[in-house]
Amino acid sequence: MIAPEAARGVRARQATETQAAAGVSRAGIKQLVFDLTGIGVAVVMLFPIYWMVITAFKPGRDILTLVPKWFPAPFTLDNFKDAIARPFFLDDVRNSVIIVAVMLAAALLVAFLAAVGTARFGFRGRTAYLVMIIGVQMVPLNALIIPLYMLLDSAGQVDALPGVIAIYLAVVLPFMIWTLRGFVANIPVELEESAMIDGCTRVGAFFRITFPLVGPGLVATAIFGFIQAWNEYIIAYVLLSSPTNQTLTVWLASFTTNHGPEWGPLMAAATLTGLPVVAFFLILQRYLAGGLTAGAVKG
Amino acid sequence: MGLAVATPDQKPASLLRLGQSFRRRLFPYALITPSVAVIAGILAFPLGMLVWISLQHYGLRELIQHQGEWVGLGNYQKILADPLFHQVIFRSLAFTFACVALTVVMSTLIALLLLKVRRAVRVIVMSALVFVWATPVVVTVDIWQWMFDYEFGVINYLLTQLHLGDFIHHNWFDNPLQGWTVFVVIVVWGAIPFVTITLYAGLLQVPAELLDAAQVDGAGTWQRFRYVTAPMLKPIFLIVICLSTIWNFGVFNQIYILLNQRPSSDYYTIAIYSYRESFGVTQYGIGAAIAVLLVLVLIVVTLFYVRETVRQAEIA
Repeated sequence: MIAPEAARGVRARQATETQAAAGVSRAGIKQLVFDLTGIGVAVVMLFPIYWMVITAFKPGRDILTLVPKWFPAPFTLDNFKDAIARPFFLDDVRNSVIIVAVMLAAALLVAFLAAVGTARFGFRGRTAYLVMIIGVQMVPLNALIIPLYMLLDSAGQVDALPGVIAIYLAVVLPFMIWTLRGFVANIPVELEESAMIDGCTRVGAFFRITFPLVGPGLVATAIFGFIQAWNEYIIAYVLLSSPTNQTLTVWLASFTTNHGPEWGPLMAAATLTGLPVVAFFLILQRYLAGGLTAGAVKG
Repeated sequence: MGLAVATPDQKPASLLRLGQSFRRRLFPYALITPSVAVIAGILAFPLGMLVWISLQHYGLRELIQHQGEWVGLGNYQKILADPLFHQVIFRSLAFTFACVALTVVMSTLIALLLLKVRRAVRVIVMSALVFVWATPVVVTVDIWQWMFDYEFGVINYLLTQLHLGDFIHHNWFDNPLQGWTVFVVIVVWGAIPFVTITLYAGLLQVPAELLDAAQVDGAGTWQRFRYVTAPMLKPIFLIVICLSTIWNFGVFNQIYILLNQRPSSDYYTIAIYSYRESFGVTQYGIGAAIAVLLVLVLIVVTLFYVRETVRQAEIA
């Protein structure tokens, strides 16, 4: 009776061991396939950006070639010099920074209040409010240009930064509120409640527990708002008419002449325009790391 | 004595509680008031004005005089009788469907892949996504225009070198079907980063214990995704589908800029059609009516998703 059982045990253990041995190599191959696919995805996604940057560093005669040059072999900064030397570059950088900074500060505050209101409290009209938040985003912005112009005109804000800041604020807010609401709702109320049991006031619990945990949400939302506002084109193009008041995206459009785009300077200018957003994102992305709340409450 | 002390004590306390509950009831409204003030303050008048203009004959002369000529639903009748409008609606819907489906499927696959790759690869992929995401749409359109250039474009060269056909001096926009394929590629490429990063952030919030438990219970990879991950990501899927539909249905910049601001009617989306009627031929009334119809179609298309999205939010 004992022998067969022991034999079975040994056989079972052997089976597990061979499985484990095979598992290691299979897992290794699997990992390699995953990693290579990942790199493939990165290459395909990044190629257009790469092409922009190397075009920016190529001298003019290397840009218009039938057989493309994969590297900027003779390397030049002329396109960047050309781009920066165009009129109103510094004005437009300043305008873009002011618009985005002011808009973002206001939007984060307003969106945070609204996110807490809708995520933490039930109240009459909440559904209507949420539907409005989504519905507002359905309206195509370029269809509102004329009415918006009329509105700003009556407020004396045509061709002025505050008018554009206000419009961007209204356009970006709905999405920011929605995203932030999700982050606040994901923080377990139990955390606040246990802090209150430990003697915190409701407000105290909120600021000591929830507020720090919603940090990644604020960062994510800020990044989104930054990208939206920094990239907006039509509104700035129509409403900011004098060159000293325009933004970088409008400045970019000035590179397309009647003879078609000047690819070298245009790609250099495009690189410069995209750079601040990438920098902003890279600086803040470590705060995005998920799992801050993971394990805080063991259910 | 004890009673006398207790009674006055009790009264303020209950008053206080009453005041507190009143304050607590008003508190959420105080929190949402600033956002309502900003959104309504900026957008309510223009939206009303848009509908108002759509009911009038409103040309350049009327714009200068700030006074249109009332035509009721005349503009709408004219548009709905126009065969071009039917084409444009159908095309916009097909384009939106293709873009949203491709974006969501590919982003989900990439987000899941991000969980599997080693750390270094993850950083590389994330950086690539961030670069694409952070690049302004106006810039990306310029890049794609350059890459699809019929004479010196790198895409024609690559496709020819890969023996996929002769693409030397091939103009992608001569044939609308090919042209629209290019636009799908551009839009999906631009949309993948946001959707992937959002889904990936959601995936990180799926508790590992749940997946482990499912595995212990014998669930395979697909079953774990289907029965554990997907339901938990449902709210994210809903909002992503909803927003992508809204954004792609109103697509404007990519097509308008890439075709040098002179798209032929083969390349009209509803937003471009509306813009052309308004600013091309200064029929602002017609343009406004098209914009209103765009919103109405969007409401019908997204009704289900918006309802589900809000319902999910209410549960949370």
